[in-house]
Amino acid sequence: MIIDQLSIFLNNAVGRVTEVTTTLGKAGVNLKAFTLSESSDFGILRLITDDNQKAAQVLRDNHFAVNLTKVVYFELGDTPGALSECVQKVSDAGISIEYMYAFSTGNAASVVVRTEDIERCNALIEV
Amino acid sequence: MDRAQLRELQSERLVKIVKYTYDNVEFYRKRMDEAGVKPGDIKSIDDISKLPFMQKKDLRDYYPFGTFAAPLKDIVRFHASSGTTGKPIVAGYTRNDLANWAEGVARCLTAYGATKEDILQVSYGYGLFTGGLGAHDGGQLLGATVLPMSSGNTAKQIMLMKDLGSTGLCCTPSYALFLAESIAEDPNTDIDKDLKLKFGAFGAEPWTENMRKELEAKLHIKAYDIYGLTEVSGPGVGGECEYQDGTHLWEDMFFPEIIDPVTLQPVEPGQQGELVFTTLLKEGMPVIRYRTRDLTHLIYDKCRCGRTMVRMGRILGRSDDMMIIRGVNVFPSTIESCILEIPEFNGQYFVTVDRVRNVDTFDIDVELRPEYYTDNMEKMLALKARLTMRLVSVLGIKPVIHIVEPNTIARSQGKAKHVLDKRSLDK
Repeated sequence: MIIDQLSIFLNNAVGRVTEVTTTLGKAGVNLKAFTLSESSDFGILRLITDDNQKAAQVLRDNHFAVNLTKVVYFELGDTPGALSECVQKVSDAGISIEYMYAFSTGNAASVVVRTEDIERCNALIEV
Repeated sequence: MDRAQLRELQSERLVKIVKYTYDNVEFYRKRMDEAGVKPGDIKSIDDISKLPFMQKKDLRDYYPFGTFAAPLKDIVRFHASSGTTGKPIVAGYTRNDLANWAEGVARCLTAYGATKEDILQVSYGYGLFTGGLGAHDGGQLLGATVLPMSSGNTAKQIMLMKDLGSTGLCCTPSYALFLAESIAEDPNTDIDKDLKLKFGAFGAEPWTENMRKELEAKLHIKAYDIYGLTEVSGPGVGGECEYQDGTHLWEDMFFPEIIDPVTLQPVEPGQQGELVFTTLLKEGMPVIRYRTRDLTHLIYDKCRCGRTMVRMGRILGRSDDMMIIRGVNVFPSTIESCILEIPEFNGQYFVTVDRVRNVDTFDIDVELRPEYYTDNMEKMLALKARLTMRLVSVLGIKPVIHIVEPNTIARSQGKAKHVLDKRSLDK
């Protein structure tokens, strides 16, 4: 399914990530998924929470540069080759992946993927 | 007044001030004797180039009263420059000096369209700095209602701006930008419904055309330049008119010249160079051919507003502020205008220069506007590359750009500090 993901622009400074998590913690927002990518002097923190609208508002009030981005979220069985099968469908359709991250808990794995064509990507995976 | 009449007036006043300073101040007598010029040699304004220059160092060397021409009993007020390096520059004003200063500011306010109906919020610092009291006295001379806020305490600034209905704002352009951002973030203040601001008189630091656009768009005002310096008087040595096409200098009181800062020769009319002032009426602390270090050019054509007084172009920087990085002359104002060309940045920047293993490093932090933030790393890196390329083409050397979060760079409430040159700290 297509869901919202929060994306936060961060300086590469000690403690900056903690400030995000503390801000969200105080607001009672629960984190579901979290990934950080960085260039030499800034980072992009991407996260999914139980209340993205509220999280975005709280972060903006605290002067963070925040963006809500649509991503495709899906769950898989935690078995060899399961992810490959899904990704194959997307690449066969000629859709390129900007970034993705995944995590597994117990018998299931959750995957978040951002592509240039979210609608088509979602349709392919949900089939 | 046409320019011929103006020159006559300037000539008459120059002859007087040269004799006055020669007779009353040892410093001027010594300098003129050394240069082999007698007061009698100065017969008209054309003879001004025979006179020796003076600079900030002279005012420091003769601190505190060595260049005063009036006895202390006739001095009614002191002001002083910030004096970041050692002793400040102290200026003394007679009653007439204060009156002429206020006249200069009142002329500026009139040129901005202000009348006695206006409420002037003076958010320049009050105290030794000439900004606060200078704008204050000029506003009162005009008959406007002056709100003497001084700088800082932004929440109160906004509250009184709203409650008292300030129509004019006088402060540094960087503080105006800070106020504008604070107003935009204040959920209880609607710029159009709650505020009555019409114009801003911004000065005390160089600013750019792009900064004007930004201030006008954010504060819904007309943003005008007001120019001045403590050594010459204070704010109100000149100001823009409704056409915002150069800063008129009140040259019946403050005579401007442009010289080549290297050869010290006057440049051709209209050419760029260093601005030099002679105060034609000052009694307390006159200056004769004072080198301001401000780099600009003068426009002698009659303005569309009808004023005949000469116009000064934008200040391109100070010969003092000029950094030599890897052998190239760099002005902070050039960097600023490149940054403001790109809407993704909010105009706040900080330059750090250092020397590592005998090579100059050149780093610039720029703040991203939150609304332009994108989740796409490639686009963010492309933005960084765009500014880098723009600066390379304008400056001729390559800076390292660091995009930082909004509100990362420290805001100043007085003169903005945009540069840290670590090379000079080691010396």
